[in-house]
Amino acid sequence: MRMTTVAVSALFALTAGTASAQAQDPNLARDIAATCANCHGTNGVSKGGAATLTGQSKTELVRKMQGFKTGRTPATIMVQLAKGYTDAQIDLVAGWFAAQKP
Amino acid sequence: MAKMQRRDFLKALGAGLSVSALGACATSQSMRGPRVVVVGAGYGGATVAKYLSLWSNGTLDITLIEAGSSFVSCPMSNLVLGGSKDMSFITNSYDGLVKRGIKLRYDTAQAVDPVRGTVRISNQVDLPYDRLVLSPGIDFMFDQVQGLSSAEAQSKVLHSWKAGPQTLALRRQLEAMPDGGVYAISIPRMPYRCPPGPYERACQVAWYFKRAKPRSKVLILDGNEDVVSKKGLFMKAWNGDYKGIIEYLPNHVLTGVDAATLTAKFETANDVKANVLNVIPPQRAGAIAAQAGVVTANNRWCEVDFLSYESIKVPKIHVLGDATQGAPAMPKSGHMANQQAKVAAAAILNAFAGKAPNPAPVVNNTCYSMITDLDAVHVASVHQYDPVKKTFLAVPGSGGVSPGPTAIEGDFAFGWAKNIWADTLT
Repeated sequence: MRMTTVAVSALFALTAGTASAQAQDPNLARDIAATCANCHGTNGVSKGGAATLTGQSKTELVRKMQGFKTGRTPATIMVQLAKGYTDAQIDLVAGWFAAQKP
Repeated sequence: MAKMQRRDFLKALGAGLSVSALGACATSQSMRGPRVVVVGAGYGGATVAKYLSLWSNGTLDITLIEAGSSFVSCPMSNLVLGGSKDMSFITNSYDGLVKRGIKLRYDTAQAVDPVRGTVRISNQVDLPYDRLVLSPGIDFMFDQVQGLSSAEAQSKVLHSWKAGPQTLALRRQLEAMPDGGVYAISIPRMPYRCPPGPYERACQVAWYFKRAKPRSKVLILDGNEDVVSKKGLFMKAWNGDYKGIIEYLPNHVLTGVDAATLTAKFETANDVKANVLNVIPPQRAGAIAAQAGVVTANNRWCEVDFLSYESIKVPKIHVLGDATQGAPAMPKSGHMANQQAKVAAAAILNAFAGKAPNPAPVVNNTCYSMITDLDAVHVASVHQYDPVKKTFLAVPGSGGVSPGPTAIEGDFAFGWAKNIWADTLT
């Protein structure tokens, strides 16, 4: 009886997990990264002005974005833009740029 | 037969076949991917064509219809009026899009048949589409300004609010103006294309006057109650560097012009006579939007589903950029049109694969205004989709403006231009 309850709960948890995974678009990281391209270049390869993002490590990119978001790192515009992105979005987008070939 | 293959293709996309596998198929003429027709190759249309191509690995059949022969950027065009840049700086070719395999048709879309799924261009040619993207920009409502309906009046009282021949023509008027003359710019009531643009233009013209015609004046005749964008920053410039040159007059709702005497007439304020009269008329979505039946707000703008930028009224027609009814605090800007185009491109690719759009899109706006030839200020915002309100909302605590004009931000502004032009066009 107890086993069944546990099994059902586990199944429920699994289903819920699947549902939330389905809710996230498989191209979400790519789509968020595209919002950076206007200033940082398509796929994060800059033509000048803003930094090239591609080729930086995920850890480095997250550290920089969080620096802007918290205001620890001074900047003209990134301190304002970084505050608009969630931690999960920053994590995703940093991972995406890190995975691109420069 | 072609139809059958297309259906198979759509099914294959839905089954999650890799894009590289599809790429191999699509090289054969008999097996083309789904057809997307894009009307208008400005910031919205060019970007959606580019990203549809990029993200599908070149497997879609994309046609881009554009009336002009090259891309002339509105952002940065005020520098041409100031004289620090020329037309070549703001002009880019469409070669990069052609190289991607996008079919450029230098033509004008005349009619959309949403039932048959076709767009008519010249010579009665009908282009079929599986998805249509309209990025027609704005049309001017000349009939709202008495005396401005004739071609003759429009050749004297310029808008220069679509970059191109009028940009150069206005520059020539400013060059021909005698020192001690008055340049007056009339701003329509919100919403209009590029909210800070007229104030930036005033700065650029004043920058020119300061050097070449120091006794001349710039009069800003604003149809709004107050400066609608970057107010503190512009006021600082007008009371600082440009003190004695720029005068700002709010509540000047234009009702008419006399093109012969270059006189502007207003709802309540006194007439203003100028040596160069620059009128930015009220605007609405480009005419093809109304013809296609996607104009739904105030007979002027197109409401869209913000998850896909698909029209709320006509299925399979997406609308981008200045023609759309924006979400709250979302400006009509080239940067925004580029961002919207990427949301639409992702949603269209999902639709071809039988999937719903990304439920959590995010977009941002970054807008630099040049105060001098080198110094700039910015306004920035981030807009996250709200699933309850079904619109984009600016994130509280994010975004903002510069503390003041700097050369560092000027460098970023030029960097922004280089990057967005490449992101949109190559």
